[in-house]
Parts: sequence; structure tokens; C-alpha cells
Amino acid sequence: MIIQAIVFLPLVGALIAGLLGRSIGHRPSEFITTGLLLIAAVLSWVVFIPIAFGDGLVGATADGHAAAIKIEVMRWIQVGGMDLRWTLRVDTLTSIMLVVVTTVSALVHVYSIGYMEEDPHRSRFFAYLSLFTFAMLMLVTADNFLQMFFGWEGVGLASYLLIGFWYTRPAANAAAMKAFVVNRVGDFGFALGIFGAFFVLGHIDFDSAFAAAEGFSETGLPVMHFLSWNLDAMTVICLLLFMGAMGKSAQFLLHTWLPDAMEGPTPVSALIHAATMVTAGVFMVARLSPLFETSPTALTVVIVIGAITAFFAATVGLVQNDIKRVIAYSTCSQLGYMFVALGVGAYSAGVFHLFTHAFFKALLFLGAGSVIHAMHHEQDMRNMGGLRTKIPVTYWMMMIGTLALTGVGIPFTEIGFAGFFSKDSIIESAYAYGGNAGIFAFWMLVIAALFTSFYSWRLVHLTFHGSPRDAQHAHTAHPDPAHAAFESHDEPIDDSNADDHGDHAHHGSAYDHAHESPNVMLVPLYVLAAGAVLSGVVFYSMFFHDVEHIEHFFAGSLVVDHELIEAAHHVPFWVKISATVAMLIGFVAAWYMYIRRPETPARLAATNPGLYRFLLNKWYFDELYNTIFVRPVLYIGTAVWKGFDDWLVDGKITEGLGRRVQNVTSWVVKLQSGYLYHYAFAMLIGIAALLTWAIAAGGLI
Amino acid sequence: MTFENSILTIITWLPVVGAAILLFTPRTSVNAIRWMALIVTVVVFVLSLALWQSFDPSNPGFQFVVNMPWIGDSIGYRVGVDGISVLFVVLTALLMPAAVIASWEVETRVKEYMIVFLVLETLMIGVFTTLDLAMFYVFFEGTLLPMFLIIGIWGGSARIQASYKFFFYTFIGSVLMLLAMMAMYWDAGTTDITRLLTHQFPAGMQTWLWLAFFASLAVKMPMWPFHRWLPEAHVQAPTAGSVILAAILLKLGGYGFLRFSLPMFPDASDMFADFVFVLSVAAIIITSMVALVQTDIKKLIAYSSVAHMGFVTMGIFAGNALGIQGAMFQMISHGIVSGALFLCVGVIYDRMHTREISAYGGLVERMPQYAFAFMVFTMANVGLPGTSGFVGEFLTMIGVFQVNTWVAFFAAFGVIFSACYALWLYRRVIFGALTKDSLRGILDLNLREKLVLYPLLVLTVVFGFYPAPILDTTAAAVNNLVTQYATATGVDPAVARAEAQVQLDHAAPSGEGEAAGEAPAEPAAAH
Repeated sequence: MIIQAIVFLPLVGALIAGLLGRSIGHRPSEFITTGLLLIAAVLSWVVFIPIAFGDGLVGATADGHAAAIKIEVMRWIQVGGMDLRWTLRVDTLTSIMLVVVTTVSALVHVYSIGYMEEDPHRSRFFAYLSLFTFAMLMLVTADNFLQMFFGWEGVGLASYLLIGFWYTRPAANAAAMKAFVVNRVGDFGFALGIFGAFFVLGHIDFDSAFAAAEGFSETGLPVMHFLSWNLDAMTVICLLLFMGAMGKSAQFLLHTWLPDAMEGPTPVSALIHAATMVTAGVFMVARLSPLFETSPTALTVVIVIGAITAFFAATVGLVQNDIKRVIAYSTCSQLGYMFVALGVGAYSAGVFHLFTHAFFKALLFLGAGSVIHAMHHEQDMRNMGGLRTKIPVTYWMMMIGTLALTGVGIPFTEIGFAGFFSKDSIIESAYAYGGNAGIFAFWMLVIAALFTSFYSWRLVHLTFHGSPRDAQHAHTAHPDPAHAAFESHDEPIDDSNADDHGDHAHHGSAYDHAHESPNVMLVPLYVLAAGAVLSGVVFYSMFFHDVEHIEHFFAGSLVVDHELIEAAHHVPFWVKISATVAMLIGFVAAWYMYIRRPETPARLAATNPGLYRFLLNKWYFDELYNTIFVRPVLYIGTAVWKGFDDWLVDGKITEGLGRRVQNVTSWVVKLQSGYLYHYAFAMLIGIAALLTWAIAAGGLI
Repeated sequence: MTFENSILTIITWLPVVGAAILLFTPRTSVNAIRWMALIVTVVVFVLSLALWQSFDPSNPGFQFVVNMPWIGDSIGYRVGVDGISVLFVVLTALLMPAAVIASWEVETRVKEYMIVFLVLETLMIGVFTTLDLAMFYVFFEGTLLPMFLIIGIWGGSARIQASYKFFFYTFIGSVLMLLAMMAMYWDAGTTDITRLLTHQFPAGMQTWLWLAFFASLAVKMPMWPFHRWLPEAHVQAPTAGSVILAAILLKLGGYGFLRFSLPMFPDASDMFADFVFVLSVAAIIITSMVALVQTDIKKLIAYSSVAHMGFVTMGIFAGNALGIQGAMFQMISHGIVSGALFLCVGVIYDRMHTREISAYGGLVERMPQYAFAFMVFTMANVGLPGTSGFVGEFLTMIGVFQVNTWVAFFAAFGVIFSACYALWLYRRVIFGALTKDSLRGILDLNLREKLVLYPLLVLTVVFGFYPAPILDTTAAAVNNLVTQYATATGVDPAVARAEAQVQLDHAAPSGEGEAAGEAPAEPAAAH
């Protein structure tokens, strides 16, 4: 019953708040959904703690190769050889996700009570949050491809609804739709991957499919005639499935929706676009690790895409000015790390980073939300500064998040923040994997670690340190003609602007009125901060440190590559400290550029305008996609509509008939009496005549 | 007179009886006419549920059969339903009360309006229940006339043009089908569909018969590029007309393929499968793109119907259980969802008297309940798992994947496009700020509208999570059809996935990549 309670309590909450929210009021809706989520979170830990610290999953049966609990809820689709049921499956991998999802979700619920206090549609908001949680739980408890797809699309729907929650804003609506459509592009691949997996493996539930995949070690890998080529079937399937993961986890090429998704309320960003939904792709690859293991090619693609994403997103994060967008690109980049871990075969390390990342990234987002709340919905960091004294609690929470994200810790000891353990595990694994892909990924990740440190500290410095800046970067065009071509977002930071310094009377009222958030928003931060500090050191052993422990902990729920993990523990000295060194360089650079010499960023931007704008405009992906996808499709649509449908088919071909029709009608008009009976009678006679003719001519009688 | 041998006759003809009663009702007693029509359609619906209840899903053959000589010794009064047709009867009976309620505020010629709708119901149910070729033709073509009148009399401004176009498109194809039916009679010596189903038509003849049926069914469906009449008919038809047109009349095409083309002309179906695939994929991709740029709500939904019917034809000609079950489910689901979408359009059309997308925006502000219902149906249209729209799309695609990966590949683009056009429509109509003065006073759903939309909403969600009632009903009949089809086209029916295995091969056990084609195939792979 525990499992059912965890999964369905959020659904109950969503239905109550969504359908009855109007009648029971906002406050009860908030309390009911939040209360149910807290219960689910506690129950998740009840399931998880015996696995992590006890004898393993309570009540599990070692079915096949993984210790798992399976609870059948209902039949779903039974056609031909396909037998699909709604089944809740819990094993170690799932239980980790259960803990992450319900904990972060419960905290976000609590936080939202404070953050959304003045919103007139709060009960709807809480209904969406709980609906999202339900869909996410269905995703992670899936026992077959299609149930996973259900959760997959369900979180997509909830994400769409939540990004577009403030529906009067055109930008929010556009972002919501973009998120859904880009995810659908990924789902295009995911769906085809499912079809292929069913076709090749003959089963649609995970255990049978994995068993079939294991069988290939004896029969040889299948070759599929896909499209017009004979291809290695498992590579095709894994790449298609991975396309789905790329969409959901905002990987390079399909990442464009994630920064825009920041249009949603900040708690949404923390829950969906940092801790849970975007990690669904990572979860999927980890869950399907027995399939991916059969295709080295697909794994190489995973490594390369992950490494490029980690690097690319970090570069863009360097120059963004919106506090949420910096964190969004950071998320994108960290997801790249996770995929590299999966690609090199260190699945447990990828899941480890997912686990720790959920805590510190949710912390950073909620902290950013606290800043935004304090600044009365100001998100542009150029208008912040010096907030340390105004909102000290938020400041320290953000510091903890930043320390965890940048991976602060002492090499060769077990002292450090969460990110230190998980990120270093991945970097070491990438090096240990070796080969072109491994070394490429290693360097990309180290550089990305440097950038991560830089943009994280830049965020802290711009927001909390230095002195307050006025709202000169408000959403109006800059008066300076040299900058007139840019939008307000395109301007480099210029903290050295002498006019603004020391002139407090001139500063915007946002700073003066900045206030610390209420406790209902701060308590979730404390809990997440505890996670950001401790989740690394406590769980390091079972996720990465000790092969035997990993094996025992995961109990077959994902593939554990003993050799790779052993090799990762024995990488050279310089590799082990590389991430820490990169982190320190980034820290020093940020300190130099934003505290020591605050005029540097503007000068750098001025001397390298091309690079700066390339990064600021996110490598111009939006423009590119608009040109090569959106506009051609709209053009073809219009062309076919006007040219083929209306002009050719209707205008030309039907016209000939139409002329005849008009001739006939002009004659028929004389017969029109206006009485329905006459028409009906005429038709009846027509049918009778036709039948008679048919019978006579056809010789039926 | 037992339940067994009378139920189909009663369900089929009861609406006409109702129409006859209405004929003698004074035209001024408008309310009595409306209630009468509603009661008749509801009774028919209840009876159809009883029919479904007592239908034995494990029996693949026809049930509730009546077979009596009627005209001469060949045309008989033959009725019966199997797993393929019984659900269409229920679907028709379900949507007729909705259509009547949606027409509650029709003021012009109410009496004639209701009579025409009741006659239409009889004709539609007749198509699905009759087991006689000649009667099938009469019913099939008969549906044209009431629809022609509905569009032509109660339609919009360009209704005459639209109704003639509707009539001519469908009628030209039908003439060819009539010729084919005669040829079938000459060859088989009977018009009894049950006997025709077991008759072996010569292979050469099958081609021509198939093409003649295709001419009629493809227009009805409608398949690309014979779809041009549909947007126009929808735009001009009154709300209830659109609902019936989209929900039921389009399904006649799919039903015809399943009843005639596939089982009676299997060789030709096999031969033309690729041709149908090409048209289906064209429908899915091209009409989706066209839907994307529409400015008229009804036209947009009409084009999306064409795209969804592309999944149906694709699934049918995949020829395996997954594809055909998927096509069946897709037809039922589309009947519910597209019917509901047209009802949704009707709701705002009744208030604002325009179908232009640009005339709306920000409706959620004033109409939250409407926005919710519209969202559910939009998501079903998009094919979101958990709604009925998903099951059909998924099954047809996974079915066709086993036969031809190219088709599945292109059809999957529909997944992307449907999200684009449906969400964009939703965004422009429902979301955004309510800035237009004309919309400030717009009212949310009234009781009558809720009564129509909410049951459909519940069905959409329930069938998404628990499609078993539909899939179980069709299973036996479809499996029977698939087996026959496989036997006729030379595929060993004992190996259900034989077709699939053809394309699957195993590399050498070493697993070293490229040693592909030469490795021994699995024994089952042979035809």
C-alpha cells in the first residue's frame, strides 16, 4: 500500500485542488496538496532508507535479475502479442527517484505557499504542481516502455501548463508551447524507439525486453531493416530512445526550450526544470542501461552529446544577465555531465549526480526565487547587487548551493559538498573510459567545471556583493545610441558606472524595499541546504566509491561496470585534482572580474563583440531553428493550402464540375418550391429510380 | 420476437418512427419536437448499450443475425453486427443525443431539422447493421441526402456551394462503387455479405473492385487528396451537422475498408497497401501543415481530422492485429474527440458568431470551465497518453512499424505537427490577455453545454486509461479478419509476427558490428 500511496496521493491532491479549488478556496487547496505531498515524501524515505542503510528493498522479489516490487493496478492495452498493464515497479533506481521527486516536490509545495501568496489562481497552481508530481512518479515507477511514455508526456503536459501559468503574458505562452513542441520532437524519436524495441525484442515490459537483449550475447546482435538500410538494430533503437532523452533533458540541439521555460513561476523552475523532469532523460537511459550496453555506438553518441552540452551551456551561462537563466543554463550543463557518466558506463555515477544535483539546484532556484521575491519580481542581475545585508539568510543558502554546484571539497579526502563527490566521479570516469570520446569528454567537462565556477560566483557577486545598482537595465531601450541596436538584454555589465556608485538616493526602490522571505519559504531552503551539504558524503560509498557496495545497493536495477569504476579510482593525480583546480581558477577569475576589477567584463565584451553576442544570443539556435524549421513549415503549409487545395483541386479540377453544377442548378431552380417535403420526395424517387435501374441493369432479379 | 432477433431492427428503425411521429406534430410546438427528438435518440442510445452489453466479444462472427428473403431471391432483409460494427452503432447512438441537445437553440424549421436528423440516424445505424450489399449501398448513399439538406438549409452563408461540393465529391465515387457491387453480385451470385466474405474473388477482378470501392471510400474518409470537400462542408455546416459529419460519416469510409476491401479483396489490398500508405502519410504530414496555417477554427479542426484519418487508413492496411485494432480504436476515439471539438467550437460560435481565430483570445479569463474542457479535447487531439487519442495513434504506428518502417517514420511526424497546430490554436483562442471588448461579456458553459461536453470528456479520459472495453469488443473479429487476410495473402497465420521477422536478421554471435546480411535468419522468417 505504501507504493500506491506515494504515487496516487499527489493525484488525489491534484484532483481536489483542480476540480474543487473554486469551492473550497485557496488555503485549503494549498494545505491539502502540500499535506499529501509531505506524506508521500515521508513514505518515500520509508521505502528508501532500508535500501540505502538496511537489507534492501522491503518486500522485493528477485524477479529476473533485479530485486523489485511490482504492483499491478489495472489492465491497459492488450492487442495481439502485446500485453500492457499499469504496473508500479519499485527497485533501487526507482526508490532513489521517488525520494528525489517527492522530497523536492513537497518542499516546493511548502515554498509556494509563501511565494505564490498574492496570486489569484493559487489553487490551480497547486493542482498543476501535484499533477506534475503524479506524472513524474508514474514515469519513475514505470514497468514498461509505454507507461514510461505516459509519465513522460504527462510531465510534459504539466510543464506546459506551469510554464504558461501566467497566461496573460505572451512570452509565457510562447515558452510553454515551445517547451511542449520541442519535447515532442524528442518524443518523435522516443516513440519510434519504443516501436523498434517492441519489434526487435518482442516485448514491451522492461524485464522481458532486458532478458531478450541479454539473449543477444548468444544469438548475435540483430540487424534491422530500418528505413532503407540494414542497421544494427540495438544502435537504432538506443539512438531513437536517446533522442527522447535529449528532448526531455534539454541536451544540445534540443535544449532551446529550457531557458525559455524560465517564464514560469520560480518554484516551477526549481521542481520541474532543475530537480526532476529534466532528469527524466537521465533516468530513462539508466533504466534502459541493459539495452544501451548492447550498443557501443549509441553510448559514444551519448558521451559526445553530453560533453558538448556541458560545455556549450556553460559558455552561454557565462554572459546571461537574468538570474534564472544563468541557473537554467547551469542545469543544462550539469545534465550534460550526467549523460557523459551514463555514456561511459558509470551509470551509478550519473544517477549520483542526478541525486545530488536535485538538492543543490533546487536550492539555488528557490534561493533565486527568494531573491526575486525580495526584489519584487526583478530578475535582472544588473539591477541587483549588495543584497547580502538585506537578505542574509537567502545569501547564505545561495552560498551553500554555489559551493555544492561548483564542487568545493578537498581532494583525496571525504570532505566536501555534494557536487564535489558526484562531479569528480564523472570526470574521473570519463578519463578512465579513455579513447577519443572519453578524453574529449574529460576535457570538455573540466573546462565546463571552470565555467561553472565562474558563472556561479559571478551570480553571487552580482547579486549579493558589491554595491546596489539602480534599475538602469529596466525593460526600456538604452539611451546610449551606441547600444541602441541592442535590446536591453544585450548590454554588458558595467558595474563601474561612477554615476551610480555611492548615490543611494538614486537607486531604485527595489533595493531599499528588499526584505527577507517568510519562514514558509526559508524552511525548504534549510532542508535542501542540508541535502546539498550531506548528500554527497553520505551516499558516496554506495553510488561510486565501493564496487561491492554499488552492486549491493542497486541490486541489479542498472548495469554496474566493475572495471570502469575500478579504473576511475586509479586515474593519475593530475586528473583527480583537475576539477578542483578548474573550480579554483573559475573562482579567482570571477573574483577578479566582478570584485577586484569590475570594469573588466565590459572591456572584454567591448573588445570581443562577436564572441560576446554569439554567447549572449545562445549560439543563435533560436534564429537558426526559426529559419530552417518553423518558417519553411509555415510556408509549405500555406503553399499547399492555397496552391494545391484551393487553386488546383478546388479551382481547376472541381471547377469543371462546378460549371456543370451551375448549369444544372439554374435549371433545377425552377423546380424549387421551398418545401422540404418536395425535396425529400424527389430524393426518394431518385433513390427508387436508381435502385430499380441497379436491379434491372444488374440483373439482380 | 426475441431480444436476439429484434434488437437491431428496433435500433435501426426507431429513429424513423420518431421522425414519422414528428411529421404529425404541429410545427409550432417547438419544445415538444425537441423533447421528442431527444427522447427517441436517448432511447436508441440506451438500447445500443443493451446491445453492446449482450454482445459476446469472444465470438468473431456476426451476432443478432436476421436473414429473411425480401426482394426476389437475392436481396434479403439481413442484419447483424460483429465486433467491428457494433461499436459504431453505439458511437452513433451516443452522439445523436449530443447533436440534438447542441441544436436546442436552432430556431428555423425546427421540425424539419429534427426529422432530418432522425432519418440520418437510421441511415447511419443501418450502414453498420445491414448484412446485405444492396441495402448497404442504399444506406451508405442515403446518408448523403440528410447531410446535404442539413448543410444546404441550416448551414452558413456559402452553404449551397458547400453542400453541392459535398454531394458531388461523394456521389461520383459512389457510382463506381455501385458498379463494383453489381460485378460482385455477378461473380458471387449473392448480395449476402456473410457469404461474400467467404467468396474468393478472382485476383484480376479484385484489383478493379478494390479500386472502385476505393473511389468511394477514400472520398468518404476522406483521404488526401480527396479531402477538399471536408473543410468546406464543416465550415458551412451547423454545429450538430459538423459533429455528425466528423464523428460518424467519416467513419463510414474506414468501416467500408474493414468490411469490404480488406476481407473480400485481400490480394488487391496487399498490392495497393503501399499506395494507401503513401496517401496516409501525405495526409498526416501535409494536411497537418495546412492545419497549422488556418485562420478559421473549424477549418483547422477539419484538416486535423483528415490527418487523423490518415492514421486510420495506415493502420487498416498494415494488415496486422495491432494496426487494425488501432485503426478501430482511432475511429471510435476520433468520433468522440472531434465531435467534442466541434461542439466546443459551437459553444463560442453561438456566443460570438464568428469562427475566426483572431476574433478570440484570453477566453480562460471568462470561461474557465470551457477552457478546461477544450484543453482535455485538445490534448486528446494531440494524442497525449492518458487520453483516448493516444491509444489509436500508438497502435496504428506500432502496427505499421512492423510492416514498413518508412511509413511509421513519417507518420511519427504527426506527433510533432499535431502538437503544433492544436496548441497554437489553443494558445490563440484561450490564452493571452482578454483585450477584445466584444469578449468581455462572454459567459461560461451553461448547463445544457455541460450536459453534452462533460460525458464526452469523461469518456475521452476513461478510454485513455482503460481502453479495454473497446479493444476487447473488437479483438475477436479483428483477429479473425487478420487471420483471413494473412492466409489469403500467403502469410503463415500461425506466426503472428512473420511479417515482422522478415526484416529482422541476426549478425554473427561475435556481435562485431558490420557482419550483417549473411547471418542465418530465424526459421520463422520465411513467408
